[in-house]
Amino acid sequence: MAVTVSPSRPHDTITGTPETGSQLTRIALIGNPNSGKTSLFNQLTGLNQKVGNFPGVTVDRKSGFAQLSSTRRAEIVDLPGTYSLYPKSLDEKVITDLLYDRGSAGYPDFVVVTVDASNLRRSLLLFSQLADLELPAILALNMTDVAERHGISIDIQALEQELGVPIVPMNARKGIGVAALKIVMAERLATHPVRFWEPNDELLPLVRQIRYYFNLHNDYLALHYAQQYRSISFLSVDDRQHIAELVAQSGFDATAWQAAETIARYQRINEVLLEAVTVTRTEKREPISNRIDKVLTHRVGGYAIFLGILFLLFQTIFAWAQYPMDLIDQGISALSELIQSSFAGPLVRLLTEGVLAGLGGVLIFIPQIALLFAFLAVLEETGYMARVTFLMDKLMRPFGLSGKSVVPLISGLACAVPAIMGARTIESWKDRMITIFVTPLMSCSARIPVYTVLVALVVPDRAVWGFLNLRGVALMGLYLLGVVAALGSAWVLKTLLKARERSYFIMEFPVYKWPRWKNVGITIWQKVSAFVWQAGKVIVAISILLWVLASYGPGQRQDAAEARVRAAAPAVATAVPDTTASQELERRVASVRLENSYAGLFGRGIEPVIRPLGFDWKIGIALLTSFAAREVFVGTISTIYSVGQDADLGTVQEKLRAEKDADGQLFFTPARAFSLLVFYVFAMQCMSTLAVTYRETKSWKWPLGQLVYMTGLAYVAALVVFQVLK
Amino acid sequence: MPSALSRRPLSVSAPAATSQRSAKDLQLGETGTICCLQDPEMALKLLEMGCVPGVRVRLSGRAPFGDPLMLVLGDEEYTLSLRKSEAATILLKD
Repeated sequence: MAVTVSPSRPHDTITGTPETGSQLTRIALIGNPNSGKTSLFNQLTGLNQKVGNFPGVTVDRKSGFAQLSSTRRAEIVDLPGTYSLYPKSLDEKVITDLLYDRGSAGYPDFVVVTVDASNLRRSLLLFSQLADLELPAILALNMTDVAERHGISIDIQALEQELGVPIVPMNARKGIGVAALKIVMAERLATHPVRFWEPNDELLPLVRQIRYYFNLHNDYLALHYAQQYRSISFLSVDDRQHIAELVAQSGFDATAWQAAETIARYQRINEVLLEAVTVTRTEKREPISNRIDKVLTHRVGGYAIFLGILFLLFQTIFAWAQYPMDLIDQGISALSELIQSSFAGPLVRLLTEGVLAGLGGVLIFIPQIALLFAFLAVLEETGYMARVTFLMDKLMRPFGLSGKSVVPLISGLACAVPAIMGARTIESWKDRMITIFVTPLMSCSARIPVYTVLVALVVPDRAVWGFLNLRGVALMGLYLLGVVAALGSAWVLKTLLKARERSYFIMEFPVYKWPRWKNVGITIWQKVSAFVWQAGKVIVAISILLWVLASYGPGQRQDAAEARVRAAAPAVATAVPDTTASQELERRVASVRLENSYAGLFGRGIEPVIRPLGFDWKIGIALLTSFAAREVFVGTISTIYSVGQDADLGTVQEKLRAEKDADGQLFFTPARAFSLLVFYVFAMQCMSTLAVTYRETKSWKWPLGQLVYMTGLAYVAALVVFQVLK
Repeated sequence: MPSALSRRPLSVSAPAATSQRSAKDLQLGETGTICCLQDPEMALKLLEMGCVPGVRVRLSGRAPFGDPLMLVLGDEEYTLSLRKSEAATILLKD
């Protein structure tokens, strides 16, 4: 296959002045799912990316800057993968909203269309629609290596002639051809493609009325207005009403015309391919992917492998992540001790008990989040996720979910926030709502610290059956409990909700590939930094707030309580410092001060409600602060218990173990710990999740439903656990 | 003007009598040729995914409980995964 960019061909210059060094070129990347668009985006922008939102909707807007040449930089916008300009899901609507409105701020100067060379016919469908919108374009002919293996040879020059745009053959995963593409982009060689299809005479009366009314630049765009006016967000109510009337008058059958258009496009594409593509079947043997599928989707082997992968996932985030986590934990403790032994004063206490405690609570997460997202990214990259969908569809359907719900649910193991956003790929409204509603029941990584601390506290570190760790088994049990709750709740919802439209399952099976570690790395980097900068800020802020709440009380309340304790103490304790008696006194003083602090009063207030669950006011404080984010629990108890104890700050677990009840017995009995664990499995304690559910459902009904339902479930379950076990 | 627009411009739908075989009736490994698509709305999605009348489809696999199915399309050998109920709308030529 010849790699040429045919410099001889005269290219039209595109809109905008040629020497706009100051003005940034805006380029949109568009293509089918699995066409290598994300790989290309990563190649072009590297770590120079940011994830924002498209205006008005909640679809991620991934954009970044690319240095195209020494003098030219461009903003690249990565659009969601789509098969056509007729959106079938929320994600895809973003594309039409962006490309139909020439006046919009984000309107691209030109588009780069990624096309799968091994699957040209279907890939060109989208390209042909873009061509008819008269968008200047460059075609990135991706996966040329796969095409070659399939015996497909493409005459690039002939194809350029047919399509009328510059074509750059490439292999985006390996970075081959990216340099050439950058040159073509920098030189702004994008051209208006040759038109493929135009609305015919029958459609013209309707199309022209719309075109002139809205002053559109072409008939095809007007046809899209007629097809999609209900979902185009920038049209006003009056505009939509006007189109609706025109459409009704003409008796326009949208579905039939769309089908006719698509078939006509394929006919034209076939002609193009006849000119430019020759297929020489080397040998008729089964592709490797199909042979792998025979194993990975086997009726027994398929599930066994999936379960094995899940188990590996848990062992990874529990066992392997433990080493870096211990290091972080010990590092923070050591730093805290160092500061406390070197300096004195209230600011030092703020720094160690407030700031450092909170910071530790953030940093300790990084190993687990990184490993989990590495895992999910590899599964996605290799194409295995699609097989999981295939394997699980039939099993999920009885619960009102589809195979497509599996990916959001599994992502929910990392964090419900991106998982709920990931549910956007589910076209069916009902399936999507159910998936969103139950996803927070999957144990997210923010629960891991709570699980880890409490499990380690009451479950012995012992091996079972020689190779399993008892703590690992307990952890898996907690995860399974979340899964069962999610599925059960989905089943209930299935019977309550009515479907609004039909649901599709059809999807393409990506060919198995080795993961690109650069893509995996970028995913990890994005997730970890998002966590540190977004969740981390809240956690540190709340840690400081808590320290203040736990250190100060209303009026003279704390001092009065302290005076009472000191007055009642035996003389020995006050006279000689550094004896057992005096230490005991100091501990009692700290304890009553905390009891009479703002936080203590807060916890005391809710204690009657949570006492049946085995919780005291200290846990009450932690439950309330967890509402900002569950992981705050660990920071909170760490702060609360460091106030109540000696200054020799150990790890969180040491502090918990030192906690005694009124009779001097260990406070965290298995009954209490398991009750608390079960509460954390079920309870909705995450403002971010509620916020994202609101954004995704556009209604407060859903997040409020989650809050009431999950917290109620948690209360009842914890009550049962404590009353049975105690 | 209740006009020509309401008429189906190009039929992808099946003729009325349908005792025809569909893609879900294929044996494992068997190949058929798409004749028409039965369900107008589903047809739009199928067309975009490359299930165009005249294209050959091969049933290459079934999920463990018999559903969904794996269909290999055309000579280009790419695989779609779809539910049995969806495959049932893809009618095959005799």
